[in-house]
Amino acid sequence: MSENVKTVETDVLVIGAGGAGMRAAISVNDAGLKVVMVTKSLLGKAHTVMAEGGIAAALGNVDPQDNWTVHYGDIIEEGVYISDWKMAEILGKEAPERVLELERYGALFDRTPDGRIMQRAFGAHTYRRLAHVGDRTGLELIKTLEDQVLHRDITFYDEMYITNLLKVGDKIAGAFGIKMTTGEFFVFKAKATVIATGGSGRVYKVTSNSWESTGDGIGMAYRAGVKLRDMEMIQFHPTGMVYPPGVKGLLVTESVRGEGGILLNSKGERYMLKYSPQKKELDARDVVARANYKEITEGRGTEHGGVYLDITHKSPEYIKHKLPAMYQQFLEFAGVDITKEKMEVAPTVHYMMGGIQVEAETERSNIENLFAAGEVASGLHGANRLGGNSLADILVFGKRAGDSASAYARSSTLLDIPQDLIEKEINYVKGFFKENGKNPYDLIDRLTTCMSDNVGIVRDGEHLKKAIDIIEQLKEEFKEVGTKGMIRYNHGLLGCLELANMLVSCEAITHCALMREESRGAHTRLDFPKKDKNWKKNIITYMGEDGKMKYETVPVEPMPKEYEQYVKPEVYE
Amino acid sequence: MSEDINIKIFRFDPENDKEPKFQDYKVPYVDGMVVLDAVRYVEEKIDPTISIRWNCKAGKCGSCSAEINGHPSLMCKTRVDNIGKNITVSPMAAFPLVKDLVTDISKNWEIARKIPLLTPREGLEKPWRINPKDVERSKEFKRCIECFLCMDVCHVVREHFTPYFGPRHIVKAASWDMHPLDGLDRSKMLNDEGGMGYCNITKCCTEVCPEHIKITDNAIIQEKERAVDRKYDPIAMVIKNRRKKEKVM
Repeated sequence: MSENVKTVETDVLVIGAGGAGMRAAISVNDAGLKVVMVTKSLLGKAHTVMAEGGIAAALGNVDPQDNWTVHYGDIIEEGVYISDWKMAEILGKEAPERVLELERYGALFDRTPDGRIMQRAFGAHTYRRLAHVGDRTGLELIKTLEDQVLHRDITFYDEMYITNLLKVGDKIAGAFGIKMTTGEFFVFKAKATVIATGGSGRVYKVTSNSWESTGDGIGMAYRAGVKLRDMEMIQFHPTGMVYPPGVKGLLVTESVRGEGGILLNSKGERYMLKYSPQKKELDARDVVARANYKEITEGRGTEHGGVYLDITHKSPEYIKHKLPAMYQQFLEFAGVDITKEKMEVAPTVHYMMGGIQVEAETERSNIENLFAAGEVASGLHGANRLGGNSLADILVFGKRAGDSASAYARSSTLLDIPQDLIEKEINYVKGFFKENGKNPYDLIDRLTTCMSDNVGIVRDGEHLKKAIDIIEQLKEEFKEVGTKGMIRYNHGLLGCLELANMLVSCEAITHCALMREESRGAHTRLDFPKKDKNWKKNIITYMGEDGKMKYETVPVEPMPKEYEQYVKPEVYE
Repeated sequence: MSEDINIKIFRFDPENDKEPKFQDYKVPYVDGMVVLDAVRYVEEKIDPTISIRWNCKAGKCGSCSAEINGHPSLMCKTRVDNIGKNITVSPMAAFPLVKDLVTDISKNWEIARKIPLLTPREGLEKPWRINPKDVERSKEFKRCIECFLCMDVCHVVREHFTPYFGPRHIVKAASWDMHPLDGLDRSKMLNDEGGMGYCNITKCCTEVCPEHIKITDNAIIQEKERAVDRKYDPIAMVIKNRRKKEKVM
């Protein structure tokens, strides 16, 4: 073979180094096995760093009535009864220990007056539940785990872009990657693999997601025959920045509302009193996001197409203490002092509830040695995610995925990877180098615009069909994308590779959204405005034998009788 | 300010180019834009082979560090209307160049591995109780996003080959030393192995910190004082330790 390919062997390969990936790697290390973690970005920069509000865990420090059963009920209700009940139970039970463990690793949470971990209110949580570090909880989480990774025998390769999983027979033998800083090809051989690559938020134009959230894990898993679930369920966060244009979509943390911030339209009306008299600004994210959307589209929006978020009734000291990052963000990016002026906000794509279908206890996919955790996985959040549950999710299920992968690796061996499989990957990458190739960023621009325009917060059949046509067109044009120059640190090449994955997510999201002829949680259909009991189902997406995307529905597994008391009964109009 | 921006970007591929150059690009100005918007415009519309590093575009991840008109800055937080329409962007000079604006910052991981993690004092009751006020001191240092601009601006790190760990790593050590439950003192190690004595407190690091951490005053000087105390006055250390213990509930 002409190419120089480096081979790395390990017990467990972890793809992704956000909270879920790092926590999984720590588990493997705890189990005494060899672990290699790879990440597309630099170590410590993953999208987890953007999380602001906190980690939901029923510690009961502030509201002693709280316990796992209440958290469980909140998850099921907010997920509009299509969550995996076992995952909700596991999260409710294990999140407190993961928070305390993080504290032992060195995370320093805000405290109650009597010295315990402080917990704040958040949308649709029954009790004050979010352990937090001001409004920088994600940063604290990722730096704490990064320290653990650096001080343990965990090998990591950052700026390593994984192009595909290497499947041998019906198992995953490893993965193929490009070390971006050197342009070298790598083959990782592993007994078990954990995917923890995060979501696909960047398939939308207006998004709170980082550069890296292009759904690479979804793409590689899908191509390897992995089943995806509930891909239509995209969470729109009610409050993203709208101005200036360069930061459009950037998150404005829910903590602003948690700390007392109110929403106003251009007439100065506090409209949440109308949409949600009980919970007001702290109702579930889908409710508040749709209210904001309605106010804006009905002509009661602000100059830059948003609504106002106002916290000026709190003292400047309080705001700077509780929301220091938001204070800086608005001051530095928008020139707005939030202690004196109202913020302009509008809904922004925030989170993907859908993703790889996994077993609740083991995080195993339909491939026996492939596991997934974090945003790339699915099941816990159902049709909508509660704020603070993503950080709990990555810790709880990151650990479990690492444990399961370790257990599997312990009783198995490395698989031989045929040379032609590696050659195929090399050719795939090199195939993008061509004269006069189409610029991938032009296609990405059209794709993301299409998704925001047609598969947004409010959907209908007509727009979804239009989106499918555009996606099909872009799939054709994708065959002509290309770049020039060398492999090393070439964003043109990355754009091509990412676009392949983004197209997988877009196709799945749009088709599933068209299939689900009802409105449930984050998925709102204008042409099917009501929830439908026949749709208490999950939609599974997979690649058929003909290479085309296939869809099927499966009924949601009912929870045990004794758990029904923790959840309000589901009501259909 | 509606006309184009003139942006000069450092281009150099050490493996293939004989010498570095600054390439001129014209980018349309958009209201409120930051330097990263302009650089990404070049990447997406003009030349996708340009090597840049960015991720969150929100000042939270610390990936897009560069020198803008010679000043170490985050590209995502530098507004064009604050610096004018003639802009020069070059990579951080304190780290080995990979290509164009991308540098190899991996030596920071080697240094980070040398600094002991939180080492709780023995006999603490679990779950831990910590006075809310005691969280504050360490919290300042925990704002660090590891952009390494403080390392880039530090003339000791940049120009002299010393064992000095550099400002980011003193901040890290200080975050543990000032953790209310920590039982170690890292100041001696910072002095002996970490070459902290080479820092002559010019405060350049504090000036460039995008998180506004008072690196020199609150981390480096504190650690230097502790190191001196420890070296010459062991009794002072005992008193200090006792004081630290009393703060904990």
